Amino acid sequence: MTSTLRHARYVVGENPVTLLAFGLLIVMLLAALLGSSIAPYDPLATNTVRKLEPPSRAHWFGTDQLGRDILSRVLVATRLDLAIAVGAVSLSFLVGTAAGACAGFFGHWVDRIISRLTDTIMAFPLFVLAMAIVAALGNNIGNVVLATAIINLPFYARMARAEVNVRREAGYVEAARLSGNSALRALRCHVVPNALPPMMVQVSLNLGWAMLNAAGLSFIGLGVRPPTPEWGILVAEGASFILSGEWWIALFPGLALMLAVFCFNLLGDGLRDLIDPRRRT
Amino acid sequence: MRRGSLLRLVVKRLAAALPALFAVIVVTFLLMRAMPGDPAVYFAGLSATREAIEQVRQKLGLDRSLPEQFVLYLRDLARGDLGQSITTGQTVAYEIATRLPASLELTLFALVLALAVALPLGILAATRPGSWVDHLSRVLTTAGVSLPTFFTGLLLIYVFYYLLGWAPAPLGRLDSVWSPPPRISGLFTLDSLLAGDAALLGACLKQLVLPAVTMALFVMAPIARMTRASMLGALGSDFIRTARASGLTRGTVLYRYAFRNAMLPVVTTLGMVFSFMLGANVLVEKVFAWPGVGSYALDALVASDYAPVQGFVLTMASLYVLLNLVIDVLYGLIDPRVRIEA
Repeated sequence: MTSTLRHARYVVGENPVTLLAFGLLIVMLLAALLGSSIAPYDPLATNTVRKLEPPSRAHWFGTDQLGRDILSRVLVATRLDLAIAVGAVSLSFLVGTAAGACAGFFGHWVDRIISRLTDTIMAFPLFVLAMAIVAALGNNIGNVVLATAIINLPFYARMARAEVNVRREAGYVEAARLSGNSALRALRCHVVPNALPPMMVQVSLNLGWAMLNAAGLSFIGLGVRPPTPEWGILVAEGASFILSGEWWIALFPGLALMLAVFCFNLLGDGLRDLIDPRRRT
Repeated sequence: MRRGSLLRLVVKRLAAALPALFAVIVVTFLLMRAMPGDPAVYFAGLSATREAIEQVRQKLGLDRSLPEQFVLYLRDLARGDLGQSITTGQTVAYEIATRLPASLELTLFALVLALAVALPLGILAATRPGSWVDHLSRVLTTAGVSLPTFFTGLLLIYVFYYLLGWAPAPLGRLDSVWSPPPRISGLFTLDSLLAGDAALLGACLKQLVLPAVTMALFVMAPIARMTRASMLGALGSDFIRTARASGLTRGTVLYRYAFRNAMLPVVTTLGMVFSFMLGANVLVEKVFAWPGVGSYALDALVASDYAPVQGFVLTMASLYVLLNLVIDVLYGLIDPRVRIEA
């Protein structure tokens, strides 16, 4: 454990950007937890007297066309955006890992069916598939989570399959089988835990991507609906005011989204350096 | 001999792409049948009686079982019939055919732009690891994948249209003072070039630059990243050491030996890049009011008009399957080993 810690310290020392990303993550988690209580205004309260005001001391991020405070809306939106991304990624991590591990471990027809399914998902441009799923199943947040989970599924399934496949014949797995463990138990307790570290890197890199996808969906009007504050919608609301020069409505939610995704990507890179220095790119 | 094996590769990949295409058709069909709303009610109109709705339902074949409907759907597809749009009254096949060139022009332009920046950047970063170029490429690539395309597009519009006034208003493919070039390929830039109209070409390019840059920024990152990684791998291998030791020039070693080998993983990532681009198309088209298939599908989606959405999803997925086929063949062209296996 101490050697891992020392290695972690080394990685952070070598690449201070990872530390920055970690700081960002903490800020983001705080915003998600406390967002509604530290927001200076009610994110839904309109005040048409003070509409379309540029950033000022009273409204740090300015106000939108209905006089709503943008800082409050961006802050409050953090929880929803984070929840959608985390929900979708956990769902696809759990299902994808389970399916991929089974495919890699049992092979034969299990492998063939699961590989066929993931290939079918991958045959679509992924964002287009997500659009189609939300359009088909109904326009609500639950389906955005589901659609984002489905388009992320193949990455986990393929990775778990490959990782499990190389470990299937390993000595310690055979030892576990010979000492009377069932195949499933050997898979669950001996193979999967060893395949987890590279999967965690994928999770971190994937969180950012899931967030972009979900925000993209709400930007085009799928999933989250106004007036609920969500970064993609907030940018969409500001889009029409860009042409007349009211930049602050779209800029701040867009920046928040960008920083969040940037943070997850940096963390993923840092995590990869920690787990497998050779794969560093 | 060489050409024969390449042909065999193409045929083999084509055969492998057919099940994927079929799966795409099945999934699209099922998804669109699950869409909320009753198409028969839409088609019959608001004031239709119950009998009229039933009649429309029969005409559309919606009263039959799902497998029967699927067979009907396949038959229509084989005839190139994608159904009819309720909102515009046109056939979906016609609308998509007229709008697809706009999307393709944007995508191709963005791809060329991204490759032109990302490949040199990746190679430079790999030949000078730890230098400022390397750090720049690292920051750029991580920032690039973190940028939401719709947000980058808006930022570019604000800076280059509103603040600087360099770019034209982000409203479609051509400013309304111009009339589009005679249609040959449907790509405005190519058509105006063929018509020999330099001023028109300039006007088209002006409209195209911002959306293309927006999309290129997004896909540059994975290409640069992969180029750097695989160039590093190639440069560290034994055959490069041998080539260098044999006294070959730096350029020969870098481009003929390392680059060609390093291109293989890059070509593979192009598959993912196309997936990103076809998806990002929808967002970029919305931001720039670009009259492509993506914005068409979005308008239809808002109006619960399911035939265009279905046509769009199917077109995009077929295009993607086709692009993957091209990538496979390209792979065979670069790597002779793949041809021999086929």
